[in-house]
Amino acid sequence: MKRGTIREVLTYIGRYKWLAFLSFVLAGVTVVLTLLAPYLAGLAIDQIADSGVDFARLVPLLVQIVACVAATAAIQWVMNVVNNRVTFNVVRDLREDALKKIEILPLAYIDSHPHGEIVSRVIADADAFADGLLMGFTQLFTGVLTILGTLGFMFFMHAGIAVVVVVVTPLSLFVAKFIAQRTHDMFWQQSETRGEMTGYIDEMIGNAKVVKAYGREEASLQAFDEINGRLEKCSLRAIFFSSLTNPCTRFVNSVVYALVALTGGLAALGGGMTVGLLTSFLSYANQYTKPFNEISGVVTELQNAIACAARLLELVHAEPQAPERPGAEALANVEGQVSCRDVSFSYSPDRRLIEHFNLSVQPGQRVAIVGPTGCGKTTLINLLMRFYDVGGGSIAVDGRDIRDVTRRSLRSSYGMVLQETWLKAGTIRENIAFGKPDATEEEIVEAAKASHAHSFIRRLPDGYDTVIGEDGGMLSQGQKQLLCISRVMLALPPMLILDEATSSIDTRTEIRIQSAFARMMQGRTSFIVAHRLSTIRNADTILVMRDGRVIEQGNHESLMRKNGFYAELYRAGSPDAAVNKREVAGDAQG
Amino acid sequence: MNGMLNYLRKYRKECVLAPLFKMLEASFELMVPLVMQVIIDDGIGGGDRGLIVRMVLLMVALGLIGLVSSVTAQYFSAKAATGFATGVRHALFSHLQSLSFSNMDALGTSKMITRMTSDVNQAQTGVNMTLRLFLRSPFVVFGAMIMAFTIDTRSALIFVAVIAALSLVVFGIMAVNIPMMRGVQAALERVLGATRENLSGARVIRAFCKEDEQFAEFVEKNRALTAKQKRAGWVSGLMNPLTYLLINLAIAWLIYTGAVQVSVGALTPGEVVALYNYMSQILVELIKLANLIVTMNKAAASWNRIADALAIQPDMTSPEVSAPAVDGAPAVQFDHVGLTYGGAGGESLTDIDFSIPRGGTVGVIGGTGSGKTSLVSMIPRFYDATAGAVRVGGVDVRDLNVDELRGRIGFVLQQAVLFHGTIRDNLRWGKADATDEELMAAVRAAQAEDVVAAKGGLDAELEQGGRNLSGGQRQRLTIARALVRRPDILVLDDSASALDQGTDQRLRAAIAGLDYRPTVFIVSQRTASIREADLILVLDDGRMVGRGTHAELLESCPVYREIYESQYGGEASA
Repeated sequence: MKRGTIREVLTYIGRYKWLAFLSFVLAGVTVVLTLLAPYLAGLAIDQIADSGVDFARLVPLLVQIVACVAATAAIQWVMNVVNNRVTFNVVRDLREDALKKIEILPLAYIDSHPHGEIVSRVIADADAFADGLLMGFTQLFTGVLTILGTLGFMFFMHAGIAVVVVVVTPLSLFVAKFIAQRTHDMFWQQSETRGEMTGYIDEMIGNAKVVKAYGREEASLQAFDEINGRLEKCSLRAIFFSSLTNPCTRFVNSVVYALVALTGGLAALGGGMTVGLLTSFLSYANQYTKPFNEISGVVTELQNAIACAARLLELVHAEPQAPERPGAEALANVEGQVSCRDVSFSYSPDRRLIEHFNLSVQPGQRVAIVGPTGCGKTTLINLLMRFYDVGGGSIAVDGRDIRDVTRRSLRSSYGMVLQETWLKAGTIRENIAFGKPDATEEEIVEAAKASHAHSFIRRLPDGYDTVIGEDGGMLSQGQKQLLCISRVMLALPPMLILDEATSSIDTRTEIRIQSAFARMMQGRTSFIVAHRLSTIRNADTILVMRDGRVIEQGNHESLMRKNGFYAELYRAGSPDAAVNKREVAGDAQG
Repeated sequence: MNGMLNYLRKYRKECVLAPLFKMLEASFELMVPLVMQVIIDDGIGGGDRGLIVRMVLLMVALGLIGLVSSVTAQYFSAKAATGFATGVRHALFSHLQSLSFSNMDALGTSKMITRMTSDVNQAQTGVNMTLRLFLRSPFVVFGAMIMAFTIDTRSALIFVAVIAALSLVVFGIMAVNIPMMRGVQAALERVLGATRENLSGARVIRAFCKEDEQFAEFVEKNRALTAKQKRAGWVSGLMNPLTYLLINLAIAWLIYTGAVQVSVGALTPGEVVALYNYMSQILVELIKLANLIVTMNKAAASWNRIADALAIQPDMTSPEVSAPAVDGAPAVQFDHVGLTYGGAGGESLTDIDFSIPRGGTVGVIGGTGSGKTSLVSMIPRFYDATAGAVRVGGVDVRDLNVDELRGRIGFVLQQAVLFHGTIRDNLRWGKADATDEELMAAVRAAQAEDVVAAKGGLDAELEQGGRNLSGGQRQRLTIARALVRRPDILVLDDSASALDQGTDQRLRAAIAGLDYRPTVFIVSQRTASIREADLILVLDDGRMVGRGTHAELLESCPVYREIYESQYGGEASA
């Protein structure tokens, strides 16, 4: 899995292989040049002695140093730009692939995964991956090269001292690792306590109105302080102990430095070493330990990046919805005859929902679906729209199995208003014209008037050009629902689905909209799910559903005469009130 | 930054000692090049083996003392930082609780939570890093410069020049880069918005077959982000090469001037090496300083947000002692009351005028957004009238002690909220020392006996938000919680919506039969729930369009009649 992730990340990078290759070459050149500079500086210092200064050799060396560092700086910058380009392009590609997948994921995936989690993959994970990749590019590779290069230079200059450095330096790595292991538990405890605290804040501040209504401010502050105190203690431990890493590794480094000074100094006494060489050695000793300290950080960062990439790739690889059947044709000139034959469906295998469901709707008929929450009303809509495919049996429109026609043509034959009122971030006008982007101004206003949205739109600061934020922003739930209705009124496809379309609108406005709906439904096959039973009394067929089955079917009068479940629901006022009554009576399990 | 010091005052000692020990560590570090100089000039130059060994031991000793001072500093700074954060969290929590409802509405829950969590964490890191590094890094930079001056003035001038140039580069790049990063952040938020939109709108987007257009929009935003990231990278990528270039140019220059000085006998080779070593120390510390400034910038931004939250004045004050009740006054009276929410364009309630005697029942009805909840929210002073006055017992609520006022009211909110804990804990919110008999009496009146029984008694644990209960069960328990305190005034804000008509009716009967005869307000969308009230108020768009009994209103109020008929349809007229 992890290896697979790495291989796949590499294929993404592979699209920019020339840039990546260039980056490696530049990194190699940079490392060699960076190591060359202290060596040249050492040679230069050797030209300075108490006995006199050899300017004839010193000046060319200094010129070489200047040329060397100027080249290093230029190459380093180009390398940075190249690394940025590769990283950001890879992440851009990954994000685009992820979103492309989101558009064709089965609705089941979107419904069953918290949106926050998917968003965090596309945003936060992708970002963390970019950071890690960039660090990996810039630091891991150059770090390893620096270590190797320094070793080479040191062994080239003085093998004995080089051995001392090689043996002692890994100590700092061990120290860092030792501390990290010990503090891991402390950090875990800290984040646990933080989580607990966030939960408490969420509960008490989120429900501050209740807290205030009952004058519980003092009591909740006390409970908060208790958690706060614990957090202080464990944060102090975690922060303090983890902050020991730097001083400790710094100490190990200064020991390395001292040892180089000792062995170098003694070697110089014996004439095996010059002062300039010793100086170069000391700065190598510093350069050599630095990547060690960095690499341990980079490795954690890279592991994190790979984990993030894996989460993102998991989304990219999620099973898409079933492809269109070969030879699937577009549904055209829809009459509106809909039939369900022996349809079965369930969201999870262990919980049966719809079973052996049969229904036949003639063109232009109005079908109302009622029943308590969870009885399968919305599921039926999901199946009609092919948001989900049936588990067994078939659904046909105008006699054609809906799996044999394109999703696009099927869905555009339906106009849909849902209880959840989704609007796009954009202007009111864009939202109304969502299904018909080429609509004229008159058509848009006409649709808004028909759905009684015109009057409130007119009162908005910029009228139809008012920009509404994500999820409708400042609009009330009822206003958003009116816009959703306008959106369908403008597109006006041959069939309609109204799933609790007026649930957020007060009863008076609802009655006015009903007349607009009635006009819209004229001659169109319509499916209506409604909470308030008074709104569906004049449907041609009422399906009374319970536990995934249709238990009664007929028009209002015949169902009332039958005096069954529908009549009970109707008298209770709403489907859920009836269920609640059972609950109170103790019929339902608690 | 202002106000930050208030929370650090308790840690004055730590705030002084931490940087002090850090500076101690830094001074030991600054001595190392001098020791090295002695090794080169007197040890190697003078051929003194013993001196070299002693000096190396001195170096290790300096490192050890440095380690001890640094660890001490880390402890003090960690202590000050965590203590600071704890104090700020306490102050924030307590302050947020003291805010009025309008303050809270303006701030929003998610913002309040972010202030208390990620912003405080950010500020804590800022304090910690500042105590550790803010003095140390400049100390090393300027210390190195001063040490250079003690060795050789002419060479030291190179230090002055290079520190100035480096500061210019480091802070110049940051000054350009920080706004660019802000732009990147904004672009990222747009990509985030687009992603969320495609998830939350999946059904509608597919129903309207707009997948391709939505994807194209996402790509556009995503590419804009990438372009911004690359451009910011161009600038930030300059930091390392430029500082490296400057330092090494300075080193070349230093060696050259050093060589000239040595040749005239003004400097020793060891001193040139010492100068070279000091130069190398500067770079590391300047980079640290630049990173520190980024951290401090973030911390300052977080702190400013925290300070803004702390600076919000509760826009409601209350007297210590309530004014005495007026004999014979109505229990609740609205005297031409108007309400305008902060930041709203117009009034949400206009000219509300009625009164109800003790023990009476008021029904409030109207469409969505007509102002029903606003009206009852003014009784316990969740919001203050912006016109007219609300009186309880003949006294303006603004002249009553607000804790005492709320203690006399049982308010059941629309949203049935329960808390993590036992049922008993939850019910005792109404009255902290209530006995089980008192609790059960309230539970019975709220028709919630079966809920308590089904869950296994008063000791049953409820999950956060009461998630392990159904909507109807939650509603009945919140009603019981209000009844536990035997309130003078009981407000049910659409809080029986999940109950069927039978239970609703029994509940209303039980409330009417309470021996302490509270004054009751029932807010509902259903005429059935309020038809028996002594007084019904009909609201429409913030105005009182009807006031009277059910029978009167059916006669006189067209809005009421319309609501009634919309719910009963043909049956009503039949």
